[in-house]
Amino acid sequence: MQSTYRQPDYAYRRSPDQSAGRAVHHPVIVAGAGPVGLATALDLAQHGVDVVLLDEDHTVSVGSRAVCYAKRALEILDRLGCGEAVTARGVSWQRGKVFFRDRLIYTFDLLPEEGHRRPAFVNLQQYHLEEIMVAAAAKSGRIDARWRNKVAGVEADADVVRVTVETPDGPYVMTCDWLVACDGARSPIRGQVGLESTGQVFRDRFLIADVVMKADFPTERWFWFDPPFHRNQSTLLHRQADNVWRIDFQLGWDADPEEEKKPERVIPRIRAMLGDDRPFELEWVSVYTFQCRRMERFRHGRVLFAGDAAHQVSPFGARGANSGIQDAENLVWKLALVLSGKAPEALLDTYSDERVYAADENILNSTRATDFITPKSAMSRVFRDATLELAEKHPFARKLVNSGRLSVPATLARSPLNTPDSDPFRGAMVPGAPAADAPVTVDGAPAWFLDRVGGDFTLVHFGAAGLPSVLRCGGIDVRVLQVGHDLHDTAGLLEQRYDAREGTTYLFRPDQHVCARWRRHDERLVREAVLRAACNPP
Amino acid sequence: MRLNTEPNLASPDDFYEALIDLHRGLSDAQSATVNAKLVLLLANHVGDAQALREAMALAREAAPADPGRPA
Repeated sequence: MQSTYRQPDYAYRRSPDQSAGRAVHHPVIVAGAGPVGLATALDLAQHGVDVVLLDEDHTVSVGSRAVCYAKRALEILDRLGCGEAVTARGVSWQRGKVFFRDRLIYTFDLLPEEGHRRPAFVNLQQYHLEEIMVAAAAKSGRIDARWRNKVAGVEADADVVRVTVETPDGPYVMTCDWLVACDGARSPIRGQVGLESTGQVFRDRFLIADVVMKADFPTERWFWFDPPFHRNQSTLLHRQADNVWRIDFQLGWDADPEEEKKPERVIPRIRAMLGDDRPFELEWVSVYTFQCRRMERFRHGRVLFAGDAAHQVSPFGARGANSGIQDAENLVWKLALVLSGKAPEALLDTYSDERVYAADENILNSTRATDFITPKSAMSRVFRDATLELAEKHPFARKLVNSGRLSVPATLARSPLNTPDSDPFRGAMVPGAPAADAPVTVDGAPAWFLDRVGGDFTLVHFGAAGLPSVLRCGGIDVRVLQVGHDLHDTAGLLEQRYDAREGTTYLFRPDQHVCARWRRHDERLVREAVLRAACNPP
Repeated sequence: MRLNTEPNLASPDDFYEALIDLHRGLSDAQSATVNAKLVLLLANHVGDAQALREAMALAREAAPADPGRPA
């Protein structure tokens, strides 16, 4: 199997730390070089922080895992220098179809408007994403990636974290100010520090088959409820790169995972689904069950948890890797400010608060989708089927059909880091919202708004107020962009999406979330908003 | 209370007859589907989330949870 992909081999190299004769100290150690750990390391490097990145393996992820990267994750990957490569390597899509029994009941479009750099989703096998990110990490100059370095023990106290690492040359010990655990759903580090992730186990099993075939199906997400080729269960089809198609077959709780994985069971299922005798090859088969759960808090002193280590959801909705990448971007700017002494450690508690809020939103959405896909009672099934039957003719019922509410970023509207509005605004760009993209012009050339904001705090002022290019707010630099000077809203979409007029001023956090907004620029108010967003005293 | 529980049907007997007729000749399973569709159509028509929750609570009032099952 895996005829379309050859796993890279990242060589184990002995680190000087292993021969130092003492525990060498690092500001940040990131454990786990999956998409979340890599995003954390790349973002820290962009903030000028040196990172040690540990992974117990010596290659990227194996088999069929994360598939769909949502617009917001792609925008974060853009900031990390990987968005273009991921989009080019993957397949973009925004439309989906829902089938019930033998009929198409409706089609949906996740991004029905123009003027965004990135599509609603890019599908790409996780190993390709990781390979792109590992290459970016190698170029950063600040990421010391250590393969076959397995975290075997963690002792954290108020001042420092001691990390024991096992390697082919035996164990060694390092210390760090901050340990970021991105070590996956089973997170050994979570166990090593005596914590747990709790929630709900779903009594259902799903078969994943990655299939290589030439098919002229459009690049869309197709979801079947109770199809003729797989009665009483559901099936999901996604296209990935290299003509690899990912199929998820719901099996039910009583299915025998070992039996179901056998090609003689899998091939007839796929054959029945395709409905013809086109050739295909099996690339990967596995059976999974899932849980919806999270840790109570994502910060435990000097140990910070991100991605599946912190929270887990069902796969319906593509909220796993997407939310993990958003964890990384929420955490890193805060960690960078704390490391440079520009913000108190309390800022890191807001990482936990904001991402626990987002995790709860993701868990709620994915639990609801799972309950719709797998009705838990006879009456739940009656309502599910009634909804699907109505949806074929009646638009209202399509809003009730839930084959996965596809990943959108949380609006952190209640975050204490926001400065509440004092001026009237309309539209979606409330404090706490992730910034909307728009096409702009810079020096006469087309550009994207989101390429211009973020990384640092960014102040965007609509109009020419003759502002300096940098505002210093209590040690924190704020980049200033004047619309009409530094960039031009040629298409008028920026003004529209931000409900802006002459004088309107937006402050964005380094993670591109709206922090504050006003109808006129007032340096004192900007300063107060930046101090508040960094948990600094006014 | 947002839910109107005062008489609101112009011809209650006509409505009730139509409701029973709706199920004539259906199996229990078919009737369950028809009722489910009716609930969904009417819920969308009402729209008011609070009124719907009040109606759900009233509908459930006389049927306490089965003590043999976890809530």
